[in-house]
Amino acid sequence: MLEKATRSAIEVRSTTKIYGNDRASGVVAVDDVSLEITDNEFFTLLGPSGCGKTTLLRLIAGFEQPTQGEILLFGEHLEGLPPHNRSVNTVFQHYALFPHMTVSQNISFGLEMLGIDKIEIRKTVSRMLELVQMPQLADRKINQLSGGQQQRVALARALAPNPKVLLLDEPLSALDFKLRKEMQSELKRLQNETGITFIFVTHDQEEALTMSDRVAVMKDGQVLQVGKPREVYDHPAQRFVADFIGDINILRGELISTKKGEAKVKLASGFVGDAILPIGVGDISGVVNVAIRPEQLSFSNSTNSTLPGIIKEITYFGSGLHYEIELSTGETIKLRQQSVGRSNTEFSSGETVNIAVADDAIQVLVD
Amino acid sequence: MSDLSNTAHNKVRQAKDLKYQPGFSYITWLALFILYAPILILVLYSFNANRSVVVWTSFSTDWYVKAWHNEGIQSAALISLEVAVIAMVLSTTFATMAALVTTRTPPYKGMNISIAIINQPLMIPEIVTAVATLIFFAVIKKATGANGIGFLITAHTVFCIPFAYMPIRARLEDMDLSLEQAAADLYASPLMVFKRVTLPLMMPGVLSGAMLAFIVSVDDVVISLFVGGPGETTLPLYILGQIRRGVTPEVNAVSTVFLGISVILVTLIFLFGRPKSTRPEKSQ
Amino acid sequence: MSNQSTFADIEKSQLSASLVTANKRAQKTRALLLAPAVLTIFLIGILPLSIVLVYSFLEPGSYGGVKWNLSFDAYIQLLFEEDIFEETLTFNTAYLQIFWRSLSLAIVATITCLFIGFPMAYFISIQSAHRKNTLLFLVTIPFWTNLLIRTYCMLLILRDQGALNLALVNLGILDKPLPLLYTDFAVGLGLVYAFLPFMVLPIYTSLEKFDFRMVEAGSDLYASRFKVLTRIIIPIAKPGIAAGCILVFIPSLGAYITPELLGGGKSLMIGNLINLQFGQGRNWPFGSAIALILMVMVMISLFVYLNRTTRNEES
Repeated sequence: MLEKATRSAIEVRSTTKIYGNDRASGVVAVDDVSLEITDNEFFTLLGPSGCGKTTLLRLIAGFEQPTQGEILLFGEHLEGLPPHNRSVNTVFQHYALFPHMTVSQNISFGLEMLGIDKIEIRKTVSRMLELVQMPQLADRKINQLSGGQQQRVALARALAPNPKVLLLDEPLSALDFKLRKEMQSELKRLQNETGITFIFVTHDQEEALTMSDRVAVMKDGQVLQVGKPREVYDHPAQRFVADFIGDINILRGELISTKKGEAKVKLASGFVGDAILPIGVGDISGVVNVAIRPEQLSFSNSTNSTLPGIIKEITYFGSGLHYEIELSTGETIKLRQQSVGRSNTEFSSGETVNIAVADDAIQVLVD
Repeated sequence: MSDLSNTAHNKVRQAKDLKYQPGFSYITWLALFILYAPILILVLYSFNANRSVVVWTSFSTDWYVKAWHNEGIQSAALISLEVAVIAMVLSTTFATMAALVTTRTPPYKGMNISIAIINQPLMIPEIVTAVATLIFFAVIKKATGANGIGFLITAHTVFCIPFAYMPIRARLEDMDLSLEQAAADLYASPLMVFKRVTLPLMMPGVLSGAMLAFIVSVDDVVISLFVGGPGETTLPLYILGQIRRGVTPEVNAVSTVFLGISVILVTLIFLFGRPKSTRPEKSQ
Repeated sequence: MSNQSTFADIEKSQLSASLVTANKRAQKTRALLLAPAVLTIFLIGILPLSIVLVYSFLEPGSYGGVKWNLSFDAYIQLLFEEDIFEETLTFNTAYLQIFWRSLSLAIVATITCLFIGFPMAYFISIQSAHRKNTLLFLVTIPFWTNLLIRTYCMLLILRDQGALNLALVNLGILDKPLPLLYTDFAVGLGLVYAFLPFMVLPIYTSLEKFDFRMVEAGSDLYASRFKVLTRIIIPIAKPGIAAGCILVFIPSLGAYITPELLGGGKSLMIGNLINLQFGQGRNWPFGSAIALILMVMVMISLFVYLNRTTRNEES
């Protein structure tokens, strides 16, 4: 028991945040969320804007007080503690760097507030500047920095006091594409080097998948699914998660048999295949939605256990081709084909084709 | 004035520019001319050697020297300064405190009412406020026997508060709340957040507010006319009295100096008033 | 286990108690910070208005001040003249004329300011950043410089021996100076001169954020330059126009310095009338009554303004 308690960095216990008077008239930003984030983890809260991910982060930071529930930092209750008494630091969305201070004054601010002695502060500041690879900019004013540099200062400032948990509120959203890619691996490196637990908020699913150890997908204030990026991508439990992360086909089907997690699904077109049931969900039967990733589909010569269809549209996207295919049921299905050498058969619009489905590719959704 | 001497090329460019509206530039330059021409005439008169103030004879700074040595002007200037400085300090302090509440605390019941009260002196004609203050002070003076310049200073403080409040509030509203949150996040106690982040960042707003309060106090005529007791003649009241008696070159000189000081202060406010944004992302 | 949970409960209740006290402390700080500004203005800026109301229903004292007898004389005096010997009232329009002059001058000044101020504000808003700042600065300076001195400058221009008449006579347009000063025209001109910046700045503010691509969109959709102005630019600038009009109208209606200097004894406005009652007239109740009526007029215009703007916001 004790062992487990110390291992979780942040524990959110059935926490609710309502803006306004009550559930009926106010806005429920975070709705009965429970989460456990382990020490040393790169944890991402992923969801569209307004899903409550930032509010949850602010509850942990202490900028907001939960309406209900409790939040624990390494087993200690945080309720009622003002932000300046919590050893978590935040990297703000627009950095919130102090414009009247230099880079090093910004970085040393937290350390000064903690009453650390000057020599120690100077050492830490230069170590932080090394860490974010900009020691030559120590005496610059904030408005003399580029967006990427400001980002690094914000990181250094938040890391300097060596917080137990670092909160990052969409820190990359203001950067352009190339810089964002660069900062993604930079953040990953920083997390590895410092060993600090990172809680990262983003609406960018690709960012979430590439950087995180675990991802929590949020919608309407609730956490829909928590898991490793791979799990969430391959086995989305709910239609929203499937839709939100990556490109996906959602088809109607009927569960014809379920046995201990193994199931057979009959699609509307008559195709029957093995399907994976969502984890931790009780009895489902009858007509369900199933999800299949476009890259799990391929063209086949055989008519045996394949889906017949007619190619409607072909789009070239650089590393491969994207097909829109109309099935006999009238449903449209997406198929993605990577170009590997010249081995791929080329099809053209209007052609009749047979589509094969990879093993374990059919995921049954809860709704 | 370069627009009046537009080249043909410029005309074509303007005609093609969809934003351009015909005649608007002329109205603007003419209006600016009308706004400034009378002031230039005053300055010109003030340097005229002739006493008659009608015809120009020769350049002279005599009237400035005379005005400088005029005891009436000296004491009026000192009274104006005393009233304005004290009213400025008080109103700026009060306005800063109020602005902190109205921008830095979550909305609460009665917030709009407090803002409305603070802005109230702007809504009521000066002469009505003057009458009300005169009567109110007369009642107090009769009841307590108190007297003195404190009454005038109090009246000035009241109408200076909204003027000081405006730029301070604007500045605070422009300051991203996340800066203060970032400081709190970095272990600064509320007092430290105020000292290290809020105060230095709001300073330009406070300075603008203080200067505005000073200007409106120093410029005031109507309230001082009603509330000021005997021996409390401010500089504008002195000038008004002189104008009523007839135009004199000495008044021209004093007025020119007065205007000059106002212009310098307004220039400073203008420079302070356009703060560099405190939101770094905008500066890119 | 159960022991533990009760312990946790106690801890929690203490915690919520400390949250409540923290809240109370925040409320106290808030009140303390607000009090100086709000109380000062309330006690000295608002409360005395009710004393004005009371005074307007009293009898004048012989040397200023009041006698504490209920009287409606102040309001009767506005419309009727009392014959002391016959104790009869005859209708008298002298004061009404002053009210009428004030109202019409304020309206004319507001409209004139609008017709000059709108083009100015628009012209400034389409300039390059540097030029915009310079022009704005030129408009702001008169906004904050001494009204008395600026009006005095106008007096120097309008006098019989003033710059304007001098120029007109010397150019041979007039053979003798035109009596410009101490006329309604002079007062109206003075009001426009005094309050024009009050019109320009709010309109400029409403145009400052205007996206000029809308002008292109408008003309792309076949709107002429004039139609773009009336159908796109003016509607968007409306809040600024309304604010500018109210900012010119209110101080014009209650003007004192302008009519005092430029109207002399001939073109009196409400402000001068009030001043007379507290100076030579020595009739404080009458002065109070006029001040109250002025305030009611201002309140009505503010009410109309607020009503219009909030309705616009809703729609």
